Amino acid sequence: MALKDKLHNLKEKYRGTKMAPLFNGFHTFLYTPNETTHSGSHIRGADDLKRTMNTVIMALVPCLIFGMFNAGYQHHLAAGEIERVSSGFFSAEFWNAANFWIGFAKILPLVFVSYVVGLGIEFLFAIKKGHEIEEGYLVTGMLVPLIVPVDIPLWMLSVAIIFGVVIGKEVFGGTGMNILNPALLIRAFLFFAYPTWMSGDKVWVAEAVERTGTADAMSGETVLGALAQGQEAAYSALEMFYGFIPGSVGETSTLLIILGALFLIFSKIGSWRVMLSSVIGAIVMGLIFNQITAAGIIGENSKFYALMNTEFWQHLVLGGFAFGIVYMATDPVTASQTNKGKWIYGFLIGFIGILIRVFNPAYPEGIMLSILLMNVFAPTIDHYVVQGNVKRRMKRLKVKSA
Amino acid sequence: MGLLSKRDTKLITDPLADNNPITIQVLGICSALAITAELEASIVMSIAVLFVLGLGNVVISLMRNIIPSKIRIIVQLIVVATLVIIVDLVLKAFAYQLSKTLSVFVGLIITNCIIMGRFEAFALANGPWKSFLDGIGNSLGYAVILIIVGFFRELLGSGSLLGFPVLGDAIEKTGVYAYGYENNGFMLLAPMALITVGLIIWVQRNKSKALIED
Repeated sequence: MALKDKLHNLKEKYRGTKMAPLFNGFHTFLYTPNETTHSGSHIRGADDLKRTMNTVIMALVPCLIFGMFNAGYQHHLAAGEIERVSSGFFSAEFWNAANFWIGFAKILPLVFVSYVVGLGIEFLFAIKKGHEIEEGYLVTGMLVPLIVPVDIPLWMLSVAIIFGVVIGKEVFGGTGMNILNPALLIRAFLFFAYPTWMSGDKVWVAEAVERTGTADAMSGETVLGALAQGQEAAYSALEMFYGFIPGSVGETSTLLIILGALFLIFSKIGSWRVMLSSVIGAIVMGLIFNQITAAGIIGENSKFYALMNTEFWQHLVLGGFAFGIVYMATDPVTASQTNKGKWIYGFLIGFIGILIRVFNPAYPEGIMLSILLMNVFAPTIDHYVVQGNVKRRMKRLKVKSA
Repeated sequence: MGLLSKRDTKLITDPLADNNPITIQVLGICSALAITAELEASIVMSIAVLFVLGLGNVVISLMRNIIPSKIRIIVQLIVVATLVIIVDLVLKAFAYQLSKTLSVFVGLIITNCIIMGRFEAFALANGPWKSFLDGIGNSLGYAVILIIVGFFRELLGSGSLLGFPVLGDAIEKTGVYAYGYENNGFMLLAPMALITVGLIIWVQRNKSKALIED
């Protein structure tokens, strides 16, 4: 008897027991359930929650693998063992096994802890509350390792994940009911709880923290961090676009994120409206700032000058902007639901994100905060879009009947 | 018969759990969020509220038959304000550092909803002894939550209790810090106090059958 049949039989055997949700969770993860619908619609699309989630994870895999190479590359580069990338995206300095294994050894534990802790909580709640396990954590669990610094201690990550899943999701009623994106909430928690591990010039490069104060001390400031302190960016725009820069694990490579975005758009999982309007919002804000510096309203002595003067298109490849708007802002649960609402929601994410980035030198990565903020406002936006629609139709009705 | 009759005991014990002013009535949240970053501050705040509410309830109760109902809020405010100013001056005289930490929040006891709430709902309609017990009960209920929140916020946020470093020295890396533990800075911020209060409400509502709503 094949595994599939065995699982089907086991399912019948354990139906109604306490651990049934746990078993069913694994079962539906591996196979399509052998249940048929009893009532209601009998024809259903194949793009259920499980497939939606898996598509997003597929779009994230390039970022993950790139992150592994990049972790090793940044480590070797900061230690002075290799040269900077010189010959385009496919340079041998970057894509080699020595880089990969360092990143692999660093990042695999992050992924592992993320899934074990997060799914553990989901299972616990499912068993306790007696509902089926939802697939909601699959994407969150992959996003979390990609948006933290490579050197984050694993216990901190666990604490943050427990917080994010319980406070961000379970208290609202589980997957699909949350107002805030759990992955971003986890990152925000880490940032406010352990700021020394989430910012500065040490945490972005593997093993930099341990070497602080020794002769091997190395520094790896993110480009945004350097700009926020009024320094010049140490990387060319092309390097930023390819992603050969220090930063959170998977968010550096704008090129791969764009590929992921195209994949999400063509598979109709991610909303292109949100992505496009976020880019527009960021460009508008960036242009405003560029005009202000060009007009000389803000002088070079101002602490905001370096970030304000950054060319508007560079904001798009810097920091977590691309990753945030492609994978986080488009989260179908926390984003606006209406099409018009998506435009407003996305535009404000880009707009406010760049605003926070420029005016908060203590924390230049404002995309996280702006997405969380707009998550909160998304239902309000939807409400007014729907009400506006109702009003317009009422008017039309009156005109006709008059 | 002892000092307290059965109904009197209920006046004290009810606000401790099933009718807690913070977790059930959700009053007095502002001060619970603002000053609970340290355990000491929460204890002193609790004592201050105990004093103001216990005494204030008695005063209002004694005056309940002569206060014209149209101006009763003003009278109540004057009573609270007098008591709060006494507390504030005593703190300034004998515990200056603490009064700095508590800063404006001692003065803001005047606007603490629990106090006006008890004056309005209880002291205006009951005798002084009962009002006194009610005041003590409610401020103890307030104190319990403040101290629980203060305990967790100080322990996890600063690694100390009442200023005593129970988890070891964070800079010298002794105690648990030697194993890589770090203080959770988020615990010191007000949002985390709100979440802590929320978690207490969650636990309490899960445990107590009487509070489960449908």
